[in-house]
Amino acid sequence: MLKTLLPSRFIVERDPDRCIQCQVCVRQCGFDVHYYDAEDDVVRARDEQCVACHRCVAYCPTDALTIRKNPLSYRDNFNWRPETIEDIIKQAETGGILLTGMGNDKSYPIYWDHLVLNASQVTNPSIDPLREPMELRTYLGRRPDSVEIDWETGRLKTSLTPLVPLEVPVMFSAISYGAISLNVHESLARAAREAGTLFNTGEGGLHRSLYQYGPNTTVQVASGRFGVHSEYLDVARMIEIKIGQGAKPGIGGHLPGEKVSAEVAKTRMIPRGTDALSPAPHHDIYSIEDLSQLIYALKEATNYTKPVSVKIAAVHNSAAIASGIVRAGADIVAIDGLRGATGAAPKMIRDNVGIPIELALASVDQRLREEGIRNRASIVCAGGIRNSADVVKAIALGADAVYIGTAALIAIGCHVCQACHTGRCSWGITTTNDYLVKRINPDIAAQRLVNLLRAWSLEIKEMLGGMGVNALESLRGNRLHLRGVGLTDTELEILGVRMAGS
Amino acid sequence: MDNATDLINRSGSTVEIDATGVYYRDLNTVLRNVCSGDVERIELRNVCGQRYIGTDLGRQVNIDIHGTPGNDLGAFMDGPRITVRGNAQDGCGNTMNEGQIVVHGHAGDITGFAMRGGKIFIRDNVGYRVGIHMKQYLSKVPWLVIGGTAQDFLGEYMAGGLLVVLGLNLKEGESHKANFIGTGMHAGVMYIRGSVAKEQLGKEVGAVELEEQDRRILGDLVGEFASHFGYDAGHILAGKFTKLVPLSLRPYGRLYAY
Repeated sequence: MLKTLLPSRFIVERDPDRCIQCQVCVRQCGFDVHYYDAEDDVVRARDEQCVACHRCVAYCPTDALTIRKNPLSYRDNFNWRPETIEDIIKQAETGGILLTGMGNDKSYPIYWDHLVLNASQVTNPSIDPLREPMELRTYLGRRPDSVEIDWETGRLKTSLTPLVPLEVPVMFSAISYGAISLNVHESLARAAREAGTLFNTGEGGLHRSLYQYGPNTTVQVASGRFGVHSEYLDVARMIEIKIGQGAKPGIGGHLPGEKVSAEVAKTRMIPRGTDALSPAPHHDIYSIEDLSQLIYALKEATNYTKPVSVKIAAVHNSAAIASGIVRAGADIVAIDGLRGATGAAPKMIRDNVGIPIELALASVDQRLREEGIRNRASIVCAGGIRNSADVVKAIALGADAVYIGTAALIAIGCHVCQACHTGRCSWGITTTNDYLVKRINPDIAAQRLVNLLRAWSLEIKEMLGGMGVNALESLRGNRLHLRGVGLTDTELEILGVRMAGS
Repeated sequence: MDNATDLINRSGSTVEIDATGVYYRDLNTVLRNVCSGDVERIELRNVCGQRYIGTDLGRQVNIDIHGTPGNDLGAFMDGPRITVRGNAQDGCGNTMNEGQIVVHGHAGDITGFAMRGGKIFIRDNVGYRVGIHMKQYLSKVPWLVIGGTAQDFLGEYMAGGLLVVLGLNLKEGESHKANFIGTGMHAGVMYIRGSVAKEQLGKEVGAVELEEQDRRILGDLVGEFASHFGYDAGHILAGKFTKLVPLSLRPYGRLYAY
């Protein structure tokens, strides 16, 4: 094979005064960067394979390691940047579609950072969440257009559809077993149970050992229909039809055969080692009417006991599509934005297709209100939620709850090195390799996730209290609590937010 | 619904239900209730377009449908054995897990879509996108046998299972019309009786000669098909079959640059 012309992206620096040749780095690296040279009795590195995941740095007992960007300079060129040049080299050498992991890393505007929250001063007092109750509980699902009460018995005459209570308005995004390990699925499931929220199976089915977490599970039904059967649907709290994903709107998914281990094969119910291919569309859904048919097939299959969510990627016509989805009978619309992450996606699609979630969320909420059908479905916002302030801003823009994926994985070790698609994750997260999988201890990882949600809840309560609001419900869709900074009139108009100072 | 009992006529372990003008949701509620008892056979009369029949019944029960059931017949089905005395519409056996559907007539588009187990026998023709993404795992191998012919995208993305098209209603010298057969297929087997040109196949499938083991498997599939519809299995098996198999377990393995 020809030597690649790609320069190393990172340089591994090993301090010889500190290194004790213990080879922890050799064992910890999933990318075979570090190796022991027995002839010279020394540990060396193959820099070109390093993805800067920092596993070796974190585990080096003598702090002998650090990773630096390769300082190799190209002649300055704003148009032909190193990444662009290196992508072309890679494609010239392989002839393949550029594949990557995680979410869009490009410099599109992050509207959360152009939105600021209000706080009470003098005229209406702020609330101290340490001494007063603050309500974060959220119910997801359809509300009736009106309710009728039987005045003699005092009971409701209107029959209500099932709702899902969340103690914190943050759920874990759909990540399939296969893309991530069983240990990570278990960690998410256990954390969801402890924190009173839901985790989402993604499209790879639910391992039998996790059926016990059913009340805190959203099961996904995607175009590949992997692991979908009546027991899987019955065990869940909520069902989600996956139409699209923010990281790769409009295309399906290919779980490479290497990641289809014996247990993954069993859960997805496909032969071991075959590619798990999810077609781009559901071949039984070519229209809103067809979507409605699947929504009601799932409701029939579970005897109308569970809400059905439909997840789409945020694209140009999201508002009109969301309206169709709600009219088709969905109880929840989940919208996944431009910065939503993935275990594997073509880089060009991840980085160029879709629209920022803030704009999609605002326009969907606005459209459903204008059409008088906002009560018929909850809105879940996904794709690039980084902290509790993003959550609060999303809720003020109209979301009922949010999904977090990347943030949850960071909580259990992810360093966002964007190599999920290789299946070699040194942190044991996006891999099904038995040696690496053991690195996630569900006891510890679940606790870290619960800690994250606890911390965010406390912060959300502080922000709510500051605004003089004691229930999340009062903030939902209340855009007067937001102001824009550094935005154009058109951006402000789409976001439905006034300029700061006005 | 209030007057559900009016629809039901029970004798022994057989229940007869008159579906005239009954909304699908009500009909399925009646079926759920009926199936919670010890009934073994259900005769559904005057069925006209009601969807999702056979869904969420979760046990082996024989259902005879007289009339035309609606879309998604037996969707996510897990056990019942359905016989349709008429045609089935689109989505018959969608993501079905266990049980059997026998259609004495035609079936529409996406028949057997993402089927994971059980058996479907269609006497006549089927529509487009039939058998897409059928799967199998160990001993769980879905069967889909079509007596007539099929339209485009047959067995696309097939990930397992056995799909047979018999072409019994093709005239002398007439060939199957379907194009893009087995595009993206990466597991499972298709047996086509009658002629199929190479141009009709997806890029990821290859046509191979039948071996001894295939004859045995086909014998089982066709034997059962023939017994449902009163055909002579030997006569059908004497025809010329083509076996279609995926060229790779990983058809798109070279698509990407890592």
